[in-house]
Amino acid sequence: MELDGVMLSRMLTAMTLMFHIIFATIGVGMPVMIAIAEFIGIKRNDPYYLLMARRWARGYTITVAVGVVTGTIIGLQLSLLWPSFMEVAGQIIALPLFMETFAFFFEAIFLGIYLYTWDRFKGKWTHWLLTIPVMIGSSASALFITTVNAFMNTPQGFELKDGEMINIDPIAAMLNPAMPSKVLHVVATSYVTSAAILAAIAAFAILKGRRGQYEQKALRLTVACTFVFSLLISITGDISAKFLADVQPEKLAAAEWHFETEKGADLIFFGTLNEDGEIENEIRIPKVLSFLAGNSFETEVIGLNETPEDERPPLWIHYMFDTMVSIGMFLMATSTIFVLMDRVKKWNALNKPLLLAILASGPLAMVAIEAGWILAEVGRQPWIMRGYMKVAEAATTSDSVGLTFVLFALLYLVLGIMAVVVLIKMFKNSPAEVELEKRFPNRG
Amino acid sequence: MNYELIGITVLWTFLYGYLIVASIDFGAGFFAYYARIKKKDHLINDLISRYLSPVWEVTNVFFVFFFVGIVGFFPATAYYYGTALLIPGSVALILIAIRGSFYAFNNYGSRDSTFYLFLYGATGLLIPASLSTALTISEGGFLDESDGNVVFLANELFTSPYSWSVVFLSIVSVLFISATFLTYYADRADDQQARKTLRQFALFWSMPTIVASLLVFMSLQMHNPDHYDKAVTEYWWMFGLSLVCFGLASWFIYVERHYGTAFIMVMLQFFFAFFGYGASHLPYILYPYITLHENVTNEAMALALVTAFILGLLLLVPSLFLLMRLFLFDADYVKGKKK
Repeated sequence: MELDGVMLSRMLTAMTLMFHIIFATIGVGMPVMIAIAEFIGIKRNDPYYLLMARRWARGYTITVAVGVVTGTIIGLQLSLLWPSFMEVAGQIIALPLFMETFAFFFEAIFLGIYLYTWDRFKGKWTHWLLTIPVMIGSSASALFITTVNAFMNTPQGFELKDGEMINIDPIAAMLNPAMPSKVLHVVATSYVTSAAILAAIAAFAILKGRRGQYEQKALRLTVACTFVFSLLISITGDISAKFLADVQPEKLAAAEWHFETEKGADLIFFGTLNEDGEIENEIRIPKVLSFLAGNSFETEVIGLNETPEDERPPLWIHYMFDTMVSIGMFLMATSTIFVLMDRVKKWNALNKPLLLAILASGPLAMVAIEAGWILAEVGRQPWIMRGYMKVAEAATTSDSVGLTFVLFALLYLVLGIMAVVVLIKMFKNSPAEVELEKRFPNRG
Repeated sequence: MNYELIGITVLWTFLYGYLIVASIDFGAGFFAYYARIKKKDHLINDLISRYLSPVWEVTNVFFVFFFVGIVGFFPATAYYYGTALLIPGSVALILIAIRGSFYAFNNYGSRDSTFYLFLYGATGLLIPASLSTALTISEGGFLDESDGNVVFLANELFTSPYSWSVVFLSIVSVLFISATFLTYYADRADDQQARKTLRQFALFWSMPTIVASLLVFMSLQMHNPDHYDKAVTEYWWMFGLSLVCFGLASWFIYVERHYGTAFIMVMLQFFFAFFGYGASHLPYILYPYITLHENVTNEAMALALVTAFILGLLLLVPSLFLLMRLFLFDADYVKGKKK
């Protein structure tokens, strides 16, 4: 691996995005969770849920702040590191980029209002209504920005003639084939990750011995949400796999170590590659890849050998695929078990192993987000615009990328540590029960 | 339809919007820190955070809007500025990141820290300086293009009187704009002590603002005579109006009356100067590489962007109005009686 400008630009972009998506994912999912808690609180007139919404929203401000600043960074960094790509993007894909800022604007306005008007309106529902534009804004920015990413995977809406773009159609570029499956999966996984993180926090509190009503209600609500959203991710994940098999077969083939085109292709789980490129130590599930690709065990799945060697993504993305899928299954299993056990009165859903599993599911969900994005992004290497522009042609020619990489690495380190410290401090000295007494002294 | 003119007007208006709202924010950070070390923070810092907390994120979006918009309307800017501005742009980004997150840590977090406030205040002055680099570069003479490679001549920039006068202007006008707004806000809050302090700031920073403006003119004449000629022959009246507005604003603040009108006058002062500067800069966006007419995006995208822009405004204007009504024009909130 050579540390040239292209490699450094890739590393810096990867670092920024990997840091940003932690906060972006929370940014998309959290408003939904806050809205649900406040809704239940108002509907049942239950101060516990109202307090939950407030406390979540308070922690959310910190993650939003880091999300906003890192989002600003990646927005401008795209032009700084990939000037040639952005020149092209300006021609064809500026529309969703532009719309994303509108959505972000909309969200920023209403989030500011929401956070500062808890006791301002007479009707409780008026304040709750503010969550709607926040949810619309955050999910819409996910939609638009994912549209841009989808375009890079399946470019369309223009023609190339002698190196010039003609017949540009911005709407067609937005509605590219990868868009629906990507957007659905991104939004669903953001929701499930936010729910799982909140569940992990509740499980942590209970494991530490704080078994009050607040913690139990928080756990029940968040695990139930994890359960519902994990059903969604299994559906959107399935849609994505079928899409890849159909339109971007080299990505699926590399992720699945599927070399020869065949019917009845096996699904490879885990495993390693030896020096001759042979698969070892794998769990092989017969014909399931075919089923995944087309709902029939006899579907023909295109192998990686069909792709010219210099256009193949690296094979290590298989591990990312495994990580993502296993964690997805773990989330679903844990939340299902909890929801079931909680239904049956004589079972103790608050047993220690299950709580530990729920505690693990929060950070694991974030790991799955990272793994999934690495799979999606590295899976389209060497292209920046699949079929049109390679990454190497798009990078900046500046020779100062190394220095900026170091500066940003330091920045993210400081921001990451500070965010965690501040968040812990925020809640450590203010337990829910104490705050409940203070804020709702006259409850039942 | 003349898309390039619509495009640049939209973008320039947003940049102007950013100039105003960000100046308030940047200057407020400096004043808040200054008040803290002078042990006067109880006087003005609550007032400042009451205004800033709900709006700082919105301020940030004005900036994002501008740079996303300019790449959309004029894709060549991504190529030239992107290649040239890696270092200054990254420095500005890091400062913005520190500022935004530490503001949140300080105000929404559990503890009020002088160190956070210092970062907030210091970055507030460094960001305008680093962002003004982009405007300076647009005058030409700081980029070199050979063999399809764009090279940023950093030494030229550091030794140019023009670039330093722009930096000077950006910093003092930030403090001036912010002080006049906060004086008005304190007046609305009926907070006489805060108003007194902030009024002094406003008066103090008015003189350097006007001196810096003249310096920019003089150094522009040396750096880019064509631009200067166009500014003084075709658009002199805009700069004249700007000066008149400045005079009125300072007068109102001096006689302790009509603070609201005074702030509007400051906004107009910068409006005329900013648009006068922008109009006389045309047709160049980046002299001499990018012009308005040759580098506009294709027609289909331009139409799509303008449509999206109009629809977006229909959504944004009422929302912004609501935000202002709740946090700017609601007397009880401004006075701190509502949370």
